[in-house]
Amino acid sequence: MAKDGLSMADIEKMSARDAFGEALAKAGETYPNLVLLGADAIGSTRAAAFMKKFPERTFNFGIAEQEMVAAAAGFAIRGKIAVATAYGFLLSLRACEQVRTDVCYQNLNVKLMATHTGLSMSDAGTTHHSTEDVAIMRSFANMTIVAPSDALETVKAVNAVLAYEGPVYLRMGRGSLSAVNTGDYDFIIGKAITLQEGTDLTIIAYGIMVNEALIAAQKLAAEGIKARVVNMHTIKPLDVECVLKAARETGAIVTAEEHTVIGGLGEAVAATTAEYHPVPVIKVGLQDCFSVFGPEDGVRNAMGLNAEHILAAARVALERKHR
Amino acid sequence: MHLTIPELEKKAAKIRLRSIEMIETAGGGHIGGSLSAMDIMTALYFRIMKVNPNQPKDPNRDWFILSAGHKAAGFVPVLSERGYFGDELLNTFNKLGSPFGMHPDKNKIVGCEVSTGSLGHGLPMAVGIALSLRMDKLDSTVYCLMGDGENHEGTVWEAAMGAAQHRLGNLVAIIDYNKCSMDGPIDSIVSLEPIVDKWKAFGWHVIRIDGNDMAQVVAAFEQERPAGKPCMIIADTLKGKGVPSIEGDYHWHYGVLNEKQLEQARRELGGKCNG
Repeated sequence: MAKDGLSMADIEKMSARDAFGEALAKAGETYPNLVLLGADAIGSTRAAAFMKKFPERTFNFGIAEQEMVAAAAGFAIRGKIAVATAYGFLLSLRACEQVRTDVCYQNLNVKLMATHTGLSMSDAGTTHHSTEDVAIMRSFANMTIVAPSDALETVKAVNAVLAYEGPVYLRMGRGSLSAVNTGDYDFIIGKAITLQEGTDLTIIAYGIMVNEALIAAQKLAAEGIKARVVNMHTIKPLDVECVLKAARETGAIVTAEEHTVIGGLGEAVAATTAEYHPVPVIKVGLQDCFSVFGPEDGVRNAMGLNAEHILAAARVALERKHR
Repeated sequence: MHLTIPELEKKAAKIRLRSIEMIETAGGGHIGGSLSAMDIMTALYFRIMKVNPNQPKDPNRDWFILSAGHKAAGFVPVLSERGYFGDELLNTFNKLGSPFGMHPDKNKIVGCEVSTGSLGHGLPMAVGIALSLRMDKLDSTVYCLMGDGENHEGTVWEAAMGAAQHRLGNLVAIIDYNKCSMDGPIDSIVSLEPIVDKWKAFGWHVIRIDGNDMAQVVAAFEQERPAGKPCMIIADTLKGKGVPSIEGDYHWHYGVLNEKQLEQARRELGGKCNG
């Protein structure tokens, strides 16, 4: 049994989405004041596992995300842990002002649990892609942003987020099918995980891009280049210590995110290094463009979001480091 | 607290004058809407709501949400008069470091339950509060005071549907229908009519009253409401009520009275306080 109440064997069989639903349902036992708010997507967000167990604590608002987020603020004002679930683009774009003013300004214990983020609804197209959500959420005071990279980390992140007091945006995609985090470990909000040591450069990623970073590092290793790989599961507050250590010890950084390069992890890392220890920071992500639609792998490839793109960025980073 | 109608009328006149004086000291404020809604707020705080200023967080209290946050210039003198904080604090209104600004901040003002200002946020937050009260089996009512122009916001109608769907009999909303929005008479901007039919069609129990007639205001709050239905009180009011020279004029959304108008207000309202 992992520390998080679900067995490791069970978690290994789950998709990240299912892991989210199961973790939330389990947490309902721990927190009697936990309420779930949905916007006609309780099924597809997999929050249904909670609803089944705690129907009296589940509230469906229909396709009205702004009302849902404002109502979540109302629940939180009365001391509830209010979990509002929806697709990422709806929480960050449609309900943007409610998140900023009702949740963050009032500094309430609302957990925005966003599913289907990034390009994970690939064939649904740009209308359904969440590629600006991190930039939007980062700009709000009091906000914390967590983005797990696989099923196990999703379970850990859900528990950490519920234990934390204050507004959180939990960014979940379809999640990596391959587990990137092995064995049981302590998940601490704001504390990045170095998955692989290296001295030549550092690849910092979150979400599904962590797995791509590991694949890229393997390819670099075959060429004798030692890449450090960091799972930056908390984008805000950024683990500044980890970023500066990477800058000092490896001298070059590649960031990788399923998000626009504007306002995301890449800019957060670059701003930090620029202030304290400038090194080249090459940003992998959507390069100020809208996404295309199609099958998931195809879309990610077209938008420059796989291991090959990280590899190319790494070569640029190394070249600039040695210039 | 349970004031009689004549006592409430005097109280409303007193707080109107205090609001006007506060706005004078501050050099400006949302005077028109603060005055039009004063009878409603006075009735709630001095007769209708279960509240205890000595225990502002009493779990059994009723809840007031000022969705039209710009009416804070009317709301904070009500709180002060009710005893949530001292009157002298009102002199800091809109000053740097004051707990009071143009829009109320729940983390700074004792007795203020929800931070508001941007329109269309109060009613959906009230829905969340009302749902949570019912979940906790508390017999409390949520009162949400809205502006009329606020009805232009789509989120009001999301919450209108949600409240009816969730059968929120513990939610009472009031529209301070002074018929003026910032750019002009509301009918010349985007009309709300037929406003009673609209709210009825959304599944609410609707009452229409003269919102500046204290007897009607009190009767609206005290009459029995059908179970399992949210209640909407459409309160016809006059913007700037209490200062005859500015009443009904949309230009008085925000402003400060000149010497002559101030003199008139002191005479009119002062007479009512003592009468």
